[in-house]
Amino acid sequence: MQISGAEILVRSLQEEGVEFVFGYPGGAVLEIYDAIFKQDQFKHVLVRHEQAAVHAADAYSRSCNKVGVALVTSGPGATNAVTGIATAYMDSVPMVVISGQVPTPAIGMDAFQEVDMVGITRPCVKHNFLVKDIGELATTIKKAFYIAATGRPGPVVVDIPKDVTQRLAEFHYPESVSIRSYVPVTRGHPGQIKKAASLLAEARRPYIYIGGGAVQGNASAEVTELVRMLGLPCTNTLMGLGAYPGDDRQCLGMLGMHGTYEANMAMQYCDVLIAVGARFDDRVISVPSHFLAQPKKIVHIDIDPSSIAKRVKVDVPIVGDVKHVLRDLIDLMKQNGQRPDAANLAGWWMQIEQWRSYNSLLYTPSSELIKPQYVVQKLYEITGGDAIITSDVGQHQMWAAQYYPFKRPKQWLNSGGLGTMGFGLPAAIGAQLANPDAQVACITGEGSIQMNIQELSTAKQYHTPVKVIALNNRYLGMVRQWQELFYGTRYAESYMDALPDFVGIAEAYGHVGMKIENPADVEGALREAFSPALKERLVFMDFRTDQSENVFPMIQNGKGLDQMDLPPHMRELQIAPFENNRDYGNMC
Amino acid sequence: MRHILSILLENEAGALSRVVGLFSARAYNIDSLTVSTTEDPTLSRMTIVTHGSDEVIEQITKQLNKLIEVVKVIDLNESDHIERELMLIKVRATGKDREEMKRMADIFRGRIIDVTEKTYTIELTGTSEKLGAFIEAIDRSVILETVRTGASGIGRGERILKI
Repeated sequence: MQISGAEILVRSLQEEGVEFVFGYPGGAVLEIYDAIFKQDQFKHVLVRHEQAAVHAADAYSRSCNKVGVALVTSGPGATNAVTGIATAYMDSVPMVVISGQVPTPAIGMDAFQEVDMVGITRPCVKHNFLVKDIGELATTIKKAFYIAATGRPGPVVVDIPKDVTQRLAEFHYPESVSIRSYVPVTRGHPGQIKKAASLLAEARRPYIYIGGGAVQGNASAEVTELVRMLGLPCTNTLMGLGAYPGDDRQCLGMLGMHGTYEANMAMQYCDVLIAVGARFDDRVISVPSHFLAQPKKIVHIDIDPSSIAKRVKVDVPIVGDVKHVLRDLIDLMKQNGQRPDAANLAGWWMQIEQWRSYNSLLYTPSSELIKPQYVVQKLYEITGGDAIITSDVGQHQMWAAQYYPFKRPKQWLNSGGLGTMGFGLPAAIGAQLANPDAQVACITGEGSIQMNIQELSTAKQYHTPVKVIALNNRYLGMVRQWQELFYGTRYAESYMDALPDFVGIAEAYGHVGMKIENPADVEGALREAFSPALKERLVFMDFRTDQSENVFPMIQNGKGLDQMDLPPHMRELQIAPFENNRDYGNMC
Repeated sequence: MRHILSILLENEAGALSRVVGLFSARAYNIDSLTVSTTEDPTLSRMTIVTHGSDEVIEQITKQLNKLIEVVKVIDLNESDHIERELMLIKVRATGKDREEMKRMADIFRGRIIDVTEKTYTIELTGTSEKLGAFIEAIDRSVILETVRTGASGIGRGERILKI
């Protein structure tokens, strides 16, 4: 039997086991929406702006390990989706974004709501397709899901002209596809793994640097096993938070521009570094030459060969799925009884504990002003450290990363690569739909939340009781911090004047609003928001926080990992420089 | 350093723009680019002449391989190879220049493929360097028009680039 292209698309999505499609209708996708209307196998979630559809699908994917799906119309629908697509691309999130297109005869005619979607998205997708032939539609969808989810994951755009959705054809969904030019590797080279094992066994100051690849690659169990088996110190990147439990002593916290003192010092002064699904980006290692000035052997495990030797030359590159490579590495080291020398390792830990003892995340509490760090700490306590946290971008994002030690992967959802303000709220909605029983909180700022605040309406429609924790300091905080430190306190356009009444906004959308101005009220308000009475409600919490608070430690542009701007309590300390040749063996 | 990359890619709409887009997005250089189908109509063969440090060339190769439609990439500089470029050059050929042009074309093993009272069009094949040398060798003021294809390359001997 022949069915329409729109029905073929819908049937294909059903074949892929899609649960939710996040989208927004329009002229070019009316046929598709009609086909969706006639089925009930998957649910459509109507957002209020296409960017939010893509962020929600993205967070859905990040939080439940399935491919996220978004559907937008041609022209402005498609261009609105681009920020979301670029966000997912930078963080390697598997997604299929379906965009409507004007009918094939109208392509290139500057038709109403026409835009070259394949052209516009080319630099920010893993791959994209324009389906001109209905006979290719089902196979293209199959390929899109396959490409999105395999290898280094990423978003795939499928652009479908309206006439293709209207034409009729037989439906055959292929069981599998093979693409001769796309064959992702999984297993690492055994010789390289052997070299990595030897380096690790000979290390005096080993360190494991865990990135988002360990989260997206489901390698949390393996990386945790390796770290524990050998008693090593480790660090998670912003994207890797939760891959190794942040509340464990062997984790030194996040590293990078706003990483902890001990995580950054260990990164600089380790002698053998194992990078697991991480990419040595500018916000992590800052200046490569400074990072490499301290000699170290580097093993880099990544599924994407182009991530290796991009910013930093490494000694042992291992291309492969981090999960498989780590498994092989663990098995090999167990089998050979290889492990670093205990005395050396104990000495390295002594040094690390000394760095850790400075407590670089200490801040000055206040009984007058709400400290944003305090809010995050209380949130951690009240949610038992168990909530799924989404965030926007800025100071609040860094405080969330620093003061909420994530216990498990996929618990922390943020736009780390692109740094997209407006990600948090739609992401929380997507994560809540994927995890209906989980507590989901969006840590945001009064700047970021206003970039997609209209999604409060979506949250109402789909009963997603997320808790919005707005750290409202009336400034674009990270911009203000940079202006304070580097632009002579000239706060150009970083003050948020004429802020709306967020409580009123929340209530107008049918939610619960709270305004918290006193530190003494923080805990009570959070307890109330997370109480059974409000379990089914979205609560928007407007915390009026200290306007002058800055994020520390901080590595300025051009500075190295061991050249952090320290928090006030550490500035007066006489910290002895690291001694490379200190004999740790004799210290213990 | 100058490198010649040979690329096999799917002969599909948009594949070329992915390659070109990659070079501009990542600020790599393209000195020349040629592309056409092969004996297998589903495949195109592209030759890109680029320059950069070893690290940059390594990244270019990796990034090219990452494109879904790219089937294979080799750096011809890694071993012996042959490089050819075609140039069509139209020159003023009047008076004493007419005889001189004919002589120069012969020296460079070029062929005059179009003749008018005032002009010659010369076809010249060789390495990019040789074509450059021809332009240097003749009087600049007589050159009316130059068309160069950019280099195509192939490995010497048994070395082949095939799926």
